[in-house]
Amino acid sequence: MTSKKQGKESRKLDFSTGWDYAPAPQSSADITLAKRYKHFINGKFVAPANGKYFSTINPATARPLAKVAAGNARDIDKAVKAARAAYRNVWSKMAPAERGKYLFRVARIIQERSREFAVIESLDGGKPIRESRDVDIPLVAAHFFYNAGWADKLNYAFPTRSVKPVGVAGQIIPWNFPLLMAAWKIAPALACGNTVVLKPAETTPLTAMKLAEVMQDADLPPGVVNIVTGAGDTGAALVQHPDVDKIAFTGSTQVGKQIQRQLAGTGKRYSLELGGKAANIVFADAAIDQAVEGIVNGIFFNQGHVCCAGSRLLVQESVAEEVIRKLKDRMETLIVGDPLDKNTDIGAINSKEQLERINAYLKIGAEEGVQVYQSSCAVPDTGFWCRPTLFTGVAQSNRVVQEEIFGPVLAVQTFRTVNEAIAKSNNTPYGLSGGVWTDKGAKIFKVTRDIRAGVIWANTFNKFDPTSPFGGYKESGIGREGGLHGLEPYVTLN
Amino acid sequence: MAAKYTVSAKRTSAKVGKKTRRATPKTKNVPVAKTYKLYINGKFPRTESGRYFKLEHKGKVVANVCQASRKDFREAVVAARAAQKGWASASAFLKGQILYRIAEMLEGRHQQFVDELQAQGVLKAPAEAEVDQAIDCLVHYAGWADKYQQIFSAVNPVASSHFNFSVPEPTGVVSLLAPQRSGLLGLVANIAPAIVGGNTVVVLASQRLPLCAISFAEVLHSSDVPGGVVNILTGATDELAGQFASHMDVNAVIYCGTSKQTITEIEEQAANNVKRVITRAGKYAHGPYTIKDTLEIKTTWHPVGA
Repeated sequence: MTSKKQGKESRKLDFSTGWDYAPAPQSSADITLAKRYKHFINGKFVAPANGKYFSTINPATARPLAKVAAGNARDIDKAVKAARAAYRNVWSKMAPAERGKYLFRVARIIQERSREFAVIESLDGGKPIRESRDVDIPLVAAHFFYNAGWADKLNYAFPTRSVKPVGVAGQIIPWNFPLLMAAWKIAPALACGNTVVLKPAETTPLTAMKLAEVMQDADLPPGVVNIVTGAGDTGAALVQHPDVDKIAFTGSTQVGKQIQRQLAGTGKRYSLELGGKAANIVFADAAIDQAVEGIVNGIFFNQGHVCCAGSRLLVQESVAEEVIRKLKDRMETLIVGDPLDKNTDIGAINSKEQLERINAYLKIGAEEGVQVYQSSCAVPDTGFWCRPTLFTGVAQSNRVVQEEIFGPVLAVQTFRTVNEAIAKSNNTPYGLSGGVWTDKGAKIFKVTRDIRAGVIWANTFNKFDPTSPFGGYKESGIGREGGLHGLEPYVTLN
Repeated sequence: MAAKYTVSAKRTSAKVGKKTRRATPKTKNVPVAKTYKLYINGKFPRTESGRYFKLEHKGKVVANVCQASRKDFREAVVAARAAQKGWASASAFLKGQILYRIAEMLEGRHQQFVDELQAQGVLKAPAEAEVDQAIDCLVHYAGWADKYQQIFSAVNPVASSHFNFSVPEPTGVVSLLAPQRSGLLGLVANIAPAIVGGNTVVVLASQRLPLCAISFAEVLHSSDVPGGVVNILTGATDELAGQFASHMDVNAVIYCGTSKQTITEIEEQAANNVKRVITRAGKYAHGPYTIKDTLEIKTTWHPVGA
């Protein structure tokens, strides 16, 4: 027994012996950012009605990058009017194949400028360049390319129905995947013949303003895409504007509920992609090392700022000790730091506000009596950072198990039987995603069927594709984005 | 205590069950009138509240109808939730068989439903047409039970090395405020697509025309529909609409009607737990897109490799 244990210990790599990675910074020398960005309305950059601007900062340094316009109801009104005129006079009348060609053009320009977009995304949002470069921006281009092709094929997506656009779509997006969420929203809306007013998140508006440049370069007709920057009140003005036909929102469940309530009785349509608290279930018969990689990818991808993050680990009791030990070892290797360094695994927390929220949950966890474990890595002195964190010894009723934290924080629970794992997994008001790790095919299909969530990853996690529908059950939202099913929120069927 | 609800119609109609009475030579046969109760969890209880409203026709009491309470509704949701997983996992073939069985049972009671509609003031010809259409509607959806999945499923050609597919699953527990103007067809045309999709339902029957709903519960009861899959209440729509929309263990609410005030109330309350809100007015669209209203799309990923 003792020797066996020692054997395991001896196989453990020692990461404290000077195996530091040399810095491998992605250059940002070629990036040009304007001092300030205006709204993009009717094909032009337009100063905000009240003349006010606010700073967007680099969360890795806490230094300002640029100023962006603070939109109010008058800016929103101007943008909606432009979108309405473009819808009525141009976009809804254009041959669908031509609409598609504009979107193909946008996709290609994004591919051409992809590194520039990746760097700005990492500067403004704090995510590791490896992710913005290899995941976010390629997916942005792919989403435009995929939806472009639907523009003239919509009748095949909805047999026996006549397909019409909805009209003017108001779209409000979060800060965790700024440009990707813009693409998820804009691409299907335009392909289906709608025009849009987009409100980016206040902490990450820069790539959206760069996207506006792409729309200009692609000669997209003025008014088809309008972008108004600002905070929550700007979004609220968009939700409340009487001439918007549809609201698409990605963000917290709390705000999603407010939007649903505000839209009551207006006849406006809405699609909501909200929060989550996904369980990642690891069975004893899983390939444990792969599962550990999957757990890491599930919760530490994008600093855990992922609505579908695997933020609850459910591990079968017989392998819990091994999985947690290997997980802690793996966490010790994760590099937290400069988002522009190509070696970085975990970048900066998106904002001071979000870091405070995460820290509040660390405190709540401690108060609830759970064990808090953090890796011992160094973090930079300035900026907003959070070490990868585990909660163990948690109960199903703990707030850190029930509530979405939206940071690199994982709550670990154990289970004995398949049914217990499923019951614990479903014991949440959310239903966005889930994960299962096992080598038994029949078990995979039982578990993936019984988890009440919209996206299930089996023996993988946090994979995305424009052809793959994404969206929540229960309080995680209404409607799907991506794939054929992702067209539905943007069409009227008769 | 008893709310009055008067049915206006031109034609006098026999009390339900009259046609089956046998005349005996010496004494007049006294018809046995039916007590209309609720249908919850496969049982027929009275409302726990003890309340009722009089359904009158031409100045005569047709029935003392249960005026269900919020508590009755909550009981029904508990039953619907308990039944949901089992019903969802019943095979598509079995669901189709059961829906067809409902049609068979309804056909066997054809005359009873025509009489009942007439007793509530519906004229004979439209009453007969309505029962026929309700039967046809059930047959239509019985056939969809093992087909809509193929219409709405997809294998998604993702760029990475994964097998990725999307399938429809039931939204869960659905609350349904049935249409006021169509006591049988309106009811059936909204229940059938919800249950064929694997959902369980709690229904508030038409306040104006409540009788067929409870008799339809008897049809369901004799059709191998598991208890709790369909629960039917009678009562006041205005009183219960908010409950139907706000209950935290209901996943979707269907409102059949056009009252802007009710729609607003339902949509506001539905936000409590991000309920799906489906409003239907006018004609009853049959088909897979109606089933889809109470379906969710689930996408599953698995790596491809050796």
